[in-house]
Amino acid sequence: MPVISFVALRVLRIVPIAFGVVTIIFLIFKAVPGDQATLMVGATATQAEIDAMRVRLGLDRPILEQYVSHMFGLVQGDFGWSSTFRGNPLPYILARLPATLALMLSAIALTIVIGVPAGVVAAVHHDRWIDHLLTGFVVALLAVPNFWLGLMLVAVLAVQMGWLPSHGFEGPASLIMPTLALAARLIALVARMTRGVMLEELRKDYVRTARAKGLEGRTIVVRHVLRNAMIPTVTVIGLQMGYLLGGSTVVERIFAWPGVGDLLLNAIGMRDYTLVQGIVVVYVAGFMLINLVVEGLYLLINPRLRHA
Amino acid sequence: MPAAANTYRAKRRVRLWAGAALVGTYVLIALIGDRLAPYHPDEQDLFNILGAPDAAHWLGADNIGRDQFSRLLVGTRFTLAVAFLSVVLAVTIGATLGLIGGYFGGRVDAAVTGLVDLLLTVPELILAIAIASVVGAGMTGLIVATTASFVPRLARLIRGRVLEIREEEYVQAAITVGMSDARVLLRHVMPNAVTVIVIEASLLAGQAVLVGTALGFLGLGVQPPAPEWGTMLGAGREYLDVAPHLVVMPGIAISLLIFGFNLLGDGLRDALDPRSRA
Repeated sequence: MPVISFVALRVLRIVPIAFGVVTIIFLIFKAVPGDQATLMVGATATQAEIDAMRVRLGLDRPILEQYVSHMFGLVQGDFGWSSTFRGNPLPYILARLPATLALMLSAIALTIVIGVPAGVVAAVHHDRWIDHLLTGFVVALLAVPNFWLGLMLVAVLAVQMGWLPSHGFEGPASLIMPTLALAARLIALVARMTRGVMLEELRKDYVRTARAKGLEGRTIVVRHVLRNAMIPTVTVIGLQMGYLLGGSTVVERIFAWPGVGDLLLNAIGMRDYTLVQGIVVVYVAGFMLINLVVEGLYLLINPRLRHA
Repeated sequence: MPAAANTYRAKRRVRLWAGAALVGTYVLIALIGDRLAPYHPDEQDLFNILGAPDAAHWLGADNIGRDQFSRLLVGTRFTLAVAFLSVVLAVTIGATLGLIGGYFGGRVDAAVTGLVDLLLTVPELILAIAIASVVGAGMTGLIVATTASFVPRLARLIRGRVLEIREEEYVQAAITVGMSDARVLLRHVMPNAVTVIVIEASLLAGQAVLVGTALGFLGLGVQPPAPEWGTMLGAGREYLDVAPHLVVMPGIAISLLIFGFNLLGDGLRDALDPRSRA
């Protein structure tokens, strides 16, 4: 019950924020220098063609009227006239979503599979060689840009070794390198956070009690300590959702991954600002939804918050 | 016990100085890079197109025979300028918003918080890409985009710190004795928020390098033929199979700089923020 009311409350609070941010995005794209219609029809167009485009984009109307019709359009799923798709781009943007989501989800999965155990191992072997090695790895990963890591992976695994396809989507193997490139930063952050929290938890009384009871070290770590260490880990992943969304655009470009980010960069190249703006709106909507889910998850794993 | 604590502290100091030395080296290269460079960054050696590193071209040559070592040296200034300017601008705007919101509270704070919350719903890199696409490729667009993507989180961080400081007795006392708002802000609140700002700024500088070079890589940054590292990476990408040095070297230059800023930021936090000391 409290979870439901929480969700209802949050959804209600999101409406004005969504309204505000879409307004800001509208204003940002109104600042495009030069005439949008001229940009879209190209340099060789006649004045009549430019005028026709201006009417089609609604640029002949006053800005307030443009804004109102833009907002009404968005609510009804009409994202305007995109020169790339010669119409409403929304269905095409949505068609690209599954690929981006697949990339993000597999990056999160890899982060949990690698980052959490790495942090646990480092904490359990505190100040020994494996701890130093892992900590060094974390520091290095945090300094490496994902686009460079992606290119290096391509250079070694695709060009030199020929083990993996260098771009596009040709089955599950195609997912490996983009996932690694996107997840690297997250793995480092999660490993560092898990290590820190584990170190703190391992010093606590309940661990000593468990040891005194004669519980095995492994059981203590996995059953008791790790459980308490999970909450900050989920927080870190939650806070990095913005990185995942932004980072996916770059990674998609490197691997020609058929997601939303790839579409965004193509749209910028084509100067199709309707499409660019539509994609930004979709990203923001997705980001808001994700944050809602993260908060819900947080509530589920941290019972202390439920009564607050 | 004190001996152990001392070595621990010494270890942390090492990070600070290593970071400062690394960033300092980059700054020096940015200032005198064109004098150190063995070639002009645009000079073509047509017998060495895509040439691998050798005695004449230490880090190899690019697709039109330009010396990569010289280009990296001269290009340092672009990356550092973007990092420096965008962080200074973002800190100035973010600190102003945060100080005003946190100090005055009420409607002013509600307006600041509202705006910040709105902007925080746009993922940083997406905001940067959107703004860069609107302002247009180039140095100005790059700085505006990077700055704008950092302002919201800085404003939120500084506002939080100011809210804490505002409750301190010395601030309350200063207000009670009738000091003007401007004076309280400048004399008492600002100096106490500076630590947080300095630490965050040095960590953000690394992020700025990341965002700036990413935009360059995507073709939204400084335009060729300027030897900006991200742009160079984007161009070198086409020759990954025949001339991997065109991708390897700029990447190392970028990563080491970010590494330096990260060390500096962590070191500063250890040195300046008493709360982070265990």
